[in-house]
Amino acid sequence: MNILVCISHVPDTTSKINFSENNTKFDTNGVQFVINPNDEFGLTRAMWFKEKQGAKVTVVNVGGAETEPTLRKALAIGADAAIRVNAAATDGFSVAKQLAKVATDGGYDLIIAGRESIDYNGGMVPGMLAALLDANFVNNCIGLDVDGTTAKATREIDGGKETVATSLPLVVGGQKGLVEESDLRIPNMRGIMMARQKPLTVVDGVETTDQTTSVSFEKPAPKGAVKLVAEDNLDELISLLHNEAKVI
Amino acid sequence: MSVLVYTESDQGNLKKGAFEVASYAKAVADQLGTTVTALAINASNTNELGNYGVNKVLTVNNNDLNSFSAKVYANVVKQAAEKENAQVVIVSSSADSKYLAPLLAVSLNAGYASNVIEAPSNTAPFTVKRNAFTNKAFEVTQINTNVKIIGVSNNAFGLVENSASATSEDFSPAIEASTVTVEAVDKATDKVTIADADVVVSGGRGLKGPENWGMIEELADVLGAATACSKPVSDLGWRPHSEHVGQTGKPVASNLYIAIGISGAIQHLAGVNASKVKVVINTDAEAPFFKAADYGVVGDAFTVVPQLIEKLKAFKAQQ
Repeated sequence: MNILVCISHVPDTTSKINFSENNTKFDTNGVQFVINPNDEFGLTRAMWFKEKQGAKVTVVNVGGAETEPTLRKALAIGADAAIRVNAAATDGFSVAKQLAKVATDGGYDLIIAGRESIDYNGGMVPGMLAALLDANFVNNCIGLDVDGTTAKATREIDGGKETVATSLPLVVGGQKGLVEESDLRIPNMRGIMMARQKPLTVVDGVETTDQTTSVSFEKPAPKGAVKLVAEDNLDELISLLHNEAKVI
Repeated sequence: MSVLVYTESDQGNLKKGAFEVASYAKAVADQLGTTVTALAINASNTNELGNYGVNKVLTVNNNDLNSFSAKVYANVVKQAAEKENAQVVIVSSSADSKYLAPLLAVSLNAGYASNVIEAPSNTAPFTVKRNAFTNKAFEVTQINTNVKIIGVSNNAFGLVENSASATSEDFSPAIEASTVTVEAVDKATDKVTIADADVVVSGGRGLKGPENWGMIEELADVLGAATACSKPVSDLGWRPHSEHVGQTGKPVASNLYIAIGISGAIQHLAGVNASKVKVVINTDAEAPFFKAADYGVVGDAFTVVPQLIEKLKAFKAQQ
């Protein structure tokens, strides 16, 4: 099995989010970048397929040279090869188009992407990629097994989950559940050393037209102070929720 | 030209979110000077859509659509959009709608903005505001294509009554065979889901163990709420993953979110920030959640929650 894992390069989950250039750009000052958590669950599942079923795992990212450390980290975790599409990731559709080119050229059977990136939260790249490739697609995937060309997947639905049967080629929008949090791997020294020897290929992007344009950003208005209610005065809490907040 | 809204149903009835997206569609149609057409699949109570400004309902009734397939459903919505010459297509932020919208976007060659929280600020260029950075910021996005798809964030726009008499029209689109087959669905039908709930009651590590969740469930029962939990609780296996809310779990956008024994890590706050009113019950007055909450009780959950349950029962009985 030939697996492609799409990796988004995102600010660490603890990052303070600020904007620069008159609120039109994300301010990367002092921000630590990581593998998008939803992608990391997928990458770790791909490692399982590599170790148990002899799959080859390639990771790909669309972005500038600054994203290469994130790809190297994926190699250190155990991916066999990395590809960076040298294009700005400005719009979900354009990113999907770039990935579709890589996927077609590499002849991958299984493509795993996170259900969404934790920065822009667009949630559109896996589905658009599947549509562009005319491949099967399972979103919010929390379980995946592949046997030959058939696949069984579990999808999280509102209020529960469902099991589906499908076949390769398959695109998966992954999330926590594909593997457990405790299965995630911290690269060891050997992995980091080996990652330096592994191929990281830079390819040019294809021509795309952005369907959406990010215009500006805003931060939520600062919150007023919390109203504290004494623990022996819960009637007041109920009264506040009923009369002031009007939520009960 | 029109605005098409895909109104989802569950077990034959339109979901609450269907009326919210219909309300949103009406606002967009008013801005564009056009009408709203809703698409409903295997739903019975479609006449209620008129109360939220829908002018026409395309009703599809077909047993081949009994189980959800994103690709098949996306193709049905596409055919409806083409038939109605829709300029804007509105969908919800349910798991199913988020699954089908990117497929629809490619087939309609439409730009798609997800997690949109307000009516468009402008229609030329078409500009919307959406949640980004997991609720830590908003992004203003312009959609450049002729046909636009908007995914409306749950519980962001709300229900807006707008009486219109909706006409109904049977619609029989071509339906392809699905290549992703649903084999089993595991869903509690008697419980309100985190996505649909007006109130969510959530427990953290402060509850000390899974055996103490009885009071969380009882409090949720009294309030008609869904239960949720923090990441450590789901990682420890005290509660199922499906209850984990936060940045890498489910987002919450309820009217009321009650956090019990949750300190409020930045990743947790990000995931629940879209809730309108947040109440925190925690022994530690320094817990970061108090800075993000509207109301707080500094106290031991094991004494506060049982009292709160009794007092709420009395309150509900009076109502």
